[in-house]
Amino acid sequence: MSCALLLLLTSLALAMGTGAAVEIQRPRGVPQSKRQFYEENKPFTCLDGSSTIPFDRVNDDYCDCRDGSDEPGTAACPNGSFHCSNAGFRPAFIPSSRINDGICDCCDTTDEYNSGATCQNTCREMGRKERESLQIMAEITKEGFLLKQQLIHEAKRGQEDKQVKGSGGKVEALRTVKETAEDPEKGAKERHLKSWEEQKELIRMEKDKTRMAEAFLELDDDSDGYVSVAELQSHLELDPDSDGSLTETETQGLLGGEGKVDTSTFETVWSIIKDQYLSEGLLDPPAPVETPQEEQSRDFVSDHDSDHYPEDYAGEEEDVEDDEEDDHEEEEEKVPPTVQTPEKRGDDELSMPPYDTETQSLIDAAQKARDDFDEAERALREVDNQMKNLEKEIGFDFGPSAEFAYLYSQCYELSTSEYIYRLCPFNRVSQKPKFGGSETNLGLWGQWAGPEDNLYSMMKYDHGQGCWQGPNRSTTVKLTCGKETVVTSTSEPSRCEYLMEFTTPAVCQEPASLDEVLHGHTEL
Amino acid sequence: MCTVGGTRGPGLVNNGLMYVVFHSPFNLCFPFSVSFFCPLRMGPLLVLWLAVFLSGTWAVDRGNFKTCDQSAFCKRQRALKPGQSPYRALLETLELTNTKLTLQLINDNNKVRLLLELYRLQGNMTRVKINELKPLKPRFEVPDVLINDPPTEPLSLLSQDENGVVLSLGADSQWLIVSAKPFRLDIMEGREVLLSLNSRGLLAFEHLRIRKDTTRDAVKCFVALLTALANGLKRTSTPFSLLFPFSFSPALSIGLHEDGMWEETFKSHTDNKPNGPSSISLDFSLPGVEHVYGIPEHADSLKLKTTDGGDPYRLFNLDVFQYELFNPMALYGAIPVMLSHSAQRTMGIFWLNAAETWVDISSNTAGKVRHTHTHTHLVNMEGYNYVQGSSETPQTDVRWISESGIIDVFIMLGPTPTDVFSQYASLTGTQAFPPLSALAYHQCRWNYNDQEDVAAVDQGFDEHDIPYDFIWLDIEHTDGKRYFTWDPHKFPQPKDMLQGLMDKRRKMVTIVDPHIKVDSSYKIHNEIRSKGFYVKNKDGGDYEGWCWPGNSGYPDFTNPEMRAWWASMFAYDQYAGSMENMYTWNDMNEPSVFNGPEVTMHKDALHGNWENRDLHNLYGLYVQMATAEGLIERSGGVERPFVLTRAFFAGSQRYGAVWTGDNTAEWEHLKISIPMCLSLGLVGVSFCGADVGGFFKSPSTELLVRWYQTGAYQPFFRAHAHLDTPRREPWLFGPENTALIREAVRQRYALLPYWYQLFYHAHHSGQPVMRPLWVEYPQDTATFSMDDQFLLGRDLLVHPVTEEGGRGVTAYLPGKGEVWFDVHTFQKHNGAQNLYIPVTISSIPVFQRGGSIIPRKARVRRSSSCMEHDPYTLFVALSPKRFAQGELYIDDGHTFNFDKQKQFIHRRLSFANKALSSRSFITPSWIEKIVILGASKPSKATLKTPDGKENLLEFEFDASMSVLTLRKPGVNAGVDWTVVLQ
Repeated sequence: MSCALLLLLTSLALAMGTGAAVEIQRPRGVPQSKRQFYEENKPFTCLDGSSTIPFDRVNDDYCDCRDGSDEPGTAACPNGSFHCSNAGFRPAFIPSSRINDGICDCCDTTDEYNSGATCQNTCREMGRKERESLQIMAEITKEGFLLKQQLIHEAKRGQEDKQVKGSGGKVEALRTVKETAEDPEKGAKERHLKSWEEQKELIRMEKDKTRMAEAFLELDDDSDGYVSVAELQSHLELDPDSDGSLTETETQGLLGGEGKVDTSTFETVWSIIKDQYLSEGLLDPPAPVETPQEEQSRDFVSDHDSDHYPEDYAGEEEDVEDDEEDDHEEEEEKVPPTVQTPEKRGDDELSMPPYDTETQSLIDAAQKARDDFDEAERALREVDNQMKNLEKEIGFDFGPSAEFAYLYSQCYELSTSEYIYRLCPFNRVSQKPKFGGSETNLGLWGQWAGPEDNLYSMMKYDHGQGCWQGPNRSTTVKLTCGKETVVTSTSEPSRCEYLMEFTTPAVCQEPASLDEVLHGHTEL
Repeated sequence: MCTVGGTRGPGLVNNGLMYVVFHSPFNLCFPFSVSFFCPLRMGPLLVLWLAVFLSGTWAVDRGNFKTCDQSAFCKRQRALKPGQSPYRALLETLELTNTKLTLQLINDNNKVRLLLELYRLQGNMTRVKINELKPLKPRFEVPDVLINDPPTEPLSLLSQDENGVVLSLGADSQWLIVSAKPFRLDIMEGREVLLSLNSRGLLAFEHLRIRKDTTRDAVKCFVALLTALANGLKRTSTPFSLLFPFSFSPALSIGLHEDGMWEETFKSHTDNKPNGPSSISLDFSLPGVEHVYGIPEHADSLKLKTTDGGDPYRLFNLDVFQYELFNPMALYGAIPVMLSHSAQRTMGIFWLNAAETWVDISSNTAGKVRHTHTHTHLVNMEGYNYVQGSSETPQTDVRWISESGIIDVFIMLGPTPTDVFSQYASLTGTQAFPPLSALAYHQCRWNYNDQEDVAAVDQGFDEHDIPYDFIWLDIEHTDGKRYFTWDPHKFPQPKDMLQGLMDKRRKMVTIVDPHIKVDSSYKIHNEIRSKGFYVKNKDGGDYEGWCWPGNSGYPDFTNPEMRAWWASMFAYDQYAGSMENMYTWNDMNEPSVFNGPEVTMHKDALHGNWENRDLHNLYGLYVQMATAEGLIERSGGVERPFVLTRAFFAGSQRYGAVWTGDNTAEWEHLKISIPMCLSLGLVGVSFCGADVGGFFKSPSTELLVRWYQTGAYQPFFRAHAHLDTPRREPWLFGPENTALIREAVRQRYALLPYWYQLFYHAHHSGQPVMRPLWVEYPQDTATFSMDDQFLLGRDLLVHPVTEEGGRGVTAYLPGKGEVWFDVHTFQKHNGAQNLYIPVTISSIPVFQRGGSIIPRKARVRRSSSCMEHDPYTLFVALSPKRFAQGELYIDDGHTFNFDKQKQFIHRRLSFANKALSSRSFITPSWIEKIVILGASKPSKATLKTPDGKENLLEFEFDASMSVLTLRKPGVNAGVDWTVVLQ
């Protein structure tokens, strides 16, 4: 029966200073710092003060104290903890449930004193290894920290440069350029609109003339060069009182009181009757002449819109996220000819005569104005983009000393067996299959995402390509101190949630002295 | 894991639309779904399919699965309405031997004769077998489910006349009346009818027949018509014309195919039926019964519903993607056992048939008036007159319909629930006694990505001080879904990984599915092919279908040689990288065939001479049987196996655990886990659980916590998650929720001695571990429909919180004159009341029955193995009469020595009295503490040990709760002792 064995005090021989061995007695599992609470042969008061028990109930394998303090060396208390000294390595506390559970937890083997587990004392070896790795880390940190200082220095210079460009010189310069570009744009736009209005009017007149001539020929049944009352009287649609009959008087009225009119007088008549007039050659009334023109003008306006819409859209929505795509999209969606001359319109216009030179020159002028306008607008957009990018760059949080600024507009790749992963800090993370297939967006720059006390240890990229039944892809980038800037690993711990490890000098902390690292926590 | 719809994309890169469709459940049955595996560049045709499928994706999962109307035999059978049976017993053919009665039945319509065999079985059961007297060829009789040829007892003929015969069923004035015209059977007790067969005349036996040529012509004609139709539609160039042949064919085929007797098409799949129609049906009437249970697996309430006006409950093992709740659709497993219960009696009907089966239930009390039951005659012999119950007596009518095989039905006459469990156990065996660690907590996910991931998760549990015993690897751990292999990049050193777990006294489960990648460089495939062990298609070639690895073969597990070979593959030298702490999970064993009809195997596929049609529901049982055998063999017969299966049948309880498949992270799915596992427990399968957290989708933190709390009190306790869901290890939801989950898991571990003891009983006597309340309170009608709370054994009542934002639950504490103790506060409550319990997020309402003693281990450690030798704390909950008893079962926790060498301790504990019977097993465990609930303060407590020593025990008494705690009796758990309170 094991319970009888358990009231034990341990003897711990600890190396002190020059090597003189001193024996200190304390109950099993009690750290040196709490030794004074466990005085042999005196009643023990639970460390939370909840009760006092005879000392022989300390470590008797039965939990008497609510806080577990009476059983520092047994597994009896669910909330107890056991202290291993781990001489040669770091001391540690383990939950008391790990005492005598057959698993070696303390490198000095003291947690398994009654389980039959055969544990080796590995403290010395672990201590050595830890010192080695700490040493390596310390060297890396040291060099990394130097590099970091350089980065900070460079960033400061770069930033000042940009600040100057941004706040003072460059943005202002660009603004002037933009405004200079906007002026001709405005002018061109107005000229263009005006020329279109003129052009429309001309076309309308031209067409009206043609139609009038046609009507005259049509009405002049006897081809005598005059339209007579009789010739006009068959056109009941012109009946002014709409009583169903076109009387002689009424017809004469239409002809301006004349019995017949020649082509030049007909102009006046035409202006009165043209809205009602139906061509004799058609069974159905012909479409009013204005209609196609209006359609054209509507078409034109809408073309104009569709030309602009994607740009505006891209400017607002896409610009920030993906410039390449933006450009591409623009090219594709641009409607090639912005002006469609009337000649090219529908079949019903085939009969229309070519424009006179005056009209044509106006059309050409409009086209030129439009081209100038487009040109000016493109230039303006470019300037806008430059300004935005600059503003954006200035707006990024590159760390307390801008030590991460050097990562901006850089990309780092890691090749695995299947994919090439690409991290472009402050921009995006992506993944491309090695053997064909398109790139997948694993997230766009979101924010720094480290814990409060170490915000700059993690980056979060989100809103990547969507996943079925799941979230959009996202990537967490863990930054660790290293001499080089490199992606060291990637994984997908959860579907569509990627984890990337990235070393950079920018996160290296000022190294503590090595001695402190190695000896700081060793209990003596 | 895993279901059909939840496939992964091509690598980690997914492409918009295509990705979506790839995961859509609608590619499941579609034969071209292979096309979706080709990356990118979809042709216009493919795009068309996508569009069509997408349009229906969210609405109709059900469209992949047949309704009764779409299953030709079910439709034919169900068209038959209650009425006078055409069957007549030919009394002159009656033969009575020592073991059975045989009698021929004739169908007066077609003159086909059937042979009826009646057996009286030991343990108060009756077996009724009906087969064709002279079938054209043998009809399938289910092998390997009964553990032996059930021992019989003599039947004696009490009387006989031209109307029928009366047989005695033993001492309890029970008899069986065989009526001749129309044929029916009535089982009586005294003047009471317990159960009648064919009383509604629904016995129907489609005899095997020769196919007539006219039928063949009709088929040809139909095909021609269909082709013409399809061509015509295609010319109209409507895009949907491509779909029409599939949606048109079922409707047309039924008309033209003699109701699908010789061929049947569902979606794009044609079922050739060389044997023609072969279905069977029989009705059972249960007078006095309003509650029937069982016939899992369905995502439905514990109490079965009537099926009038809807589909019958279906039993056909299927891989159902994102199953819906509260309907009678078939799921992964099928156990054709129904229990009936009333305050007077519990009975069971075991319909031993492994073909597709449908069960109709109707009731005269389910909101409708029933026609008065009239009889064509009464058996008019002195002393045996009986009358049918009047229309006012509640009655449940049940009808079973199966596609092929014979009628072989076991009527378990109870009369108590315990009796029915024993009766069923005597037929099909009991729950496998699992290794103790399998009752602890399991951590699973599709998938733990690589060895580092496994190590990190393992470490995470230690860092957060949460115990676990098993970590699981889903299909991604294999080399290209070739089971028995490891992905060489992700799991290059499996033994190192397993050793790392072993060093922490933990274990692993790897998945081994039955579909085998067709790949000539894969050893397993080559061997199965060369040995001819694959299931064959109707033309005699190896049957192939699509599953996780792509094109796959399906080993014929019905073949004992195949099973022996399969078992041998688990030997340590065969399964490279396996070790003794690695166990097995059989998934997809319905079997799942992504491009098969209803996502499963074609019914005309051949297992030796038998069609899949005949034995479909047995496939999963055989897979688990062979796997469990493999795990036993690899240890030289010493170690108990642990195998989890998704598909199952009657008898599967003998081979391990089951889980409720691919559930969803929704509150309703948490709730349904209770009736689903209760239903399984009633029909033998005690080792049941649902994926904690829900497989599909992502649970809210509250749901996850509540699910842990519920799962901690259900038999199989495993968290699992779909590949596409965010990680959800218990520590990922902030320290508060980590603490809540830790506490739930710790409660489980502390209670492991009780769980183990319950499983010992399940193994020993077939009593379910997780029980509906009515099992222990059979006369308390208030409990009959209850499925939001349950009992563990007799002594613990659990009412988990399954409501979102729940602030209180109303638990029903049964038992007039009994008391129940809240296990957390020790508060005493009276029985026979609805108790409102305010709850917080940390509450798990659990009560211990007054009169019981429950052993726990208060020292919760990293894994159950670490707790092996820890002492026990006994919780003694006193009854109002200040009495309590319980037991303590201890063995080595993992070998068969408890059975083969009887190495165990099984002690009876009674309050203030010593225990009995100690065996040869020696345990270092001792009694740490005894907590007596409902006690009064003694003046002293004395421990007496067999060596005559007496020791005074210290104690504490909490007067406010009447709790007496005896400090450290310290006596070994294996010896006799007595504590006397004065």
